[in-house]
Amino acid sequence: MRVVIAEDLTLLRDGLTRMMEAFDFEVVEAVDNGPALLPALLGHRPDVAIVDVRLPPTYSDEGLKAALAARAEVPGLPVLVLSQHVEPLYARELLTDSRGGVGYLLKDRISDVEQFIQAVQQVASGGTAFDPEVVTQLLARHEPLAGLTPRELDVLRNIAEGHSNAAIAGRLFITEKVVSKYINNIFTKLGLPPSDDVNRRVLAVLMFLDA
Amino acid sequence: MTLRVRARAGWSAAADSVFTVGLALLNVPVLLLWFLGVVLSPVPLLGNDILAVTTSVVRWRTDVERRLGTRAGMAIRRPYHPAPPRGEQGTRRWARWIITDPATWRDIAWLVPGALIAVGLGITTLAVVIYGLAGVLMLPLWLFLGEVWFGYALFWPTANLAEAWLSLPQGLIILAGGLALGPLLRTTHYRFARLLLAPTRAAELRLRVAHLTVTRADAIDAQAAELRRIERDLHDGAQARMVSVGMTIGMAERLVHCDPDGALKLLAEARTTSTDALAELRHLVRGIHPPVLAERGLEGAVQALAMSLPVPTDVSSDLAGRLDTPLESAVYFAVAEALANMGRHSQASTAWVTIGHTSGLLTVQVGDDGIGGADTARGTGLQGVERRLNAFDGTMAISSPPGGPTVMTMELPCALSSPRT
Repeated sequence: MRVVIAEDLTLLRDGLTRMMEAFDFEVVEAVDNGPALLPALLGHRPDVAIVDVRLPPTYSDEGLKAALAARAEVPGLPVLVLSQHVEPLYARELLTDSRGGVGYLLKDRISDVEQFIQAVQQVASGGTAFDPEVVTQLLARHEPLAGLTPRELDVLRNIAEGHSNAAIAGRLFITEKVVSKYINNIFTKLGLPPSDDVNRRVLAVLMFLDA
Repeated sequence: MTLRVRARAGWSAAADSVFTVGLALLNVPVLLLWFLGVVLSPVPLLGNDILAVTTSVVRWRTDVERRLGTRAGMAIRRPYHPAPPRGEQGTRRWARWIITDPATWRDIAWLVPGALIAVGLGITTLAVVIYGLAGVLMLPLWLFLGEVWFGYALFWPTANLAEAWLSLPQGLIILAGGLALGPLLRTTHYRFARLLLAPTRAAELRLRVAHLTVTRADAIDAQAAELRRIERDLHDGAQARMVSVGMTIGMAERLVHCDPDGALKLLAEARTTSTDALAELRHLVRGIHPPVLAERGLEGAVQALAMSLPVPTDVSSDLAGRLDTPLESAVYFAVAEALANMGRHSQASTAWVTIGHTSGLLTVQVGDDGIGGADTARGTGLQGVERRLNAFDGTMAISSPPGGPTVMTMELPCALSSPRT
């Protein structure tokens, strides 16, 4: 898989590059500033981009802006946004185009390497990976989706955070079979017609976070 | 201005003139009392006390005038020198503070002419309004008695019932004239009062210096307290956790050959602790300068803030550029405090924030539809906000009648920098 990385701190940029290469990703470009990011994204059209929100020259939100601009140009271009802090506001902006292939994680999460790689893969395959903290903040605002049992909400929350079925099974101490049963229940209750699974997962997450 | 508003202003001016005439009658006794105080001031022991008391009576009287003027839309500020320490009341130094303050003498100079003007203008307003009312009310009386006597306005004496009928429209016109005249005369009255009771240019500057001294001290205090808090948070939080991470890793190093499983456990523990430390740092950073403020400016940061509130909050802004960073941060924390207060006390179901910038003045309003009753005097949070804004020459006003709605208005003079691209 081809990856574009945008991160201004050399240490972190090199670390990310090394980590991605160790997991058989091909880092096609690693940029360290905002203006270079959009051409890199549009030029390479990577399978997934890992983008820091705050980049030079102004150190505001040009990473996020470039990512959103690239997704406006190439719908569904998979982007995993990293930041030192998470803002529900940014999560909502990433969600507004109602397409999958987005993630938004705290930089802290990189330290759990396996889970981070899983999140990258989830985003690359058109899924979502939202930081638990952002999910919590978004959910604090409104009533959770009516009709779902607490267990189903747990499962949906894990999907939003970018966990695979196997990982969810491990986290909730249930079998994978039970997980997919819960997921099917969720799809039915949310009125999502049978289509390819990734798409339904994304739609369910959108409904979950944006209710 | 609608007719209704004009009429209301007229009635309030008429009512005020009753008040001002009454108050004006106090001026001469107050003046005599003060002269008595001056004459008695050389008396040993008691003299200075007497002067202090009589002067505070004068100042009470002029303060009432200033407050009334401010309420009538003609702001008159207090001009006096800052008082010496309270313990020196009644000493020679206290007396000197009174005597050498030009504002004292300007007060004295105002008392008699002020009273004459107040009585003259007040009586005029009252006379016209009352005469108008009399015209309106006299007709029913005449009709009731079936007999016409006396005269009114143009018809004097009133010859017949037809002329008596005409007293009603005449009365209405005169009343309308009186109600229109009232506010004008009231303005004239306070314009004269301002001439003598408002600070002179020199006093204005002196007050400004005093204000700056206080706000600067407040700003330095607040900053020092803030730094102390950050130091403590770092010391007890992230710093302590990093020490523990180092220790845990050190222990893992020792175990790695003889007990790899134990070492792994320790390393996982170290990672958890480092994550906690990061979370703590994030929290701390948010309190110092929220990252979203740096990234999105005031509007975006307030929007992000609104998203985290349980009450639906509408944010609108017409800022064309960015504010200076210190000011931006002060306004952000002021809005945050206002919204937090709303969340705690107002029981509101919706709220709104507007941010506007016109001719060098930033105006931010935070409003809600809650139960009202917010008061700066009671909440230390709001006092903190006021102090923060004061450092930028900003002001804060709260309108929060019992039953709501509450609107908090913050105004700060400032320039916008061009938008960053």
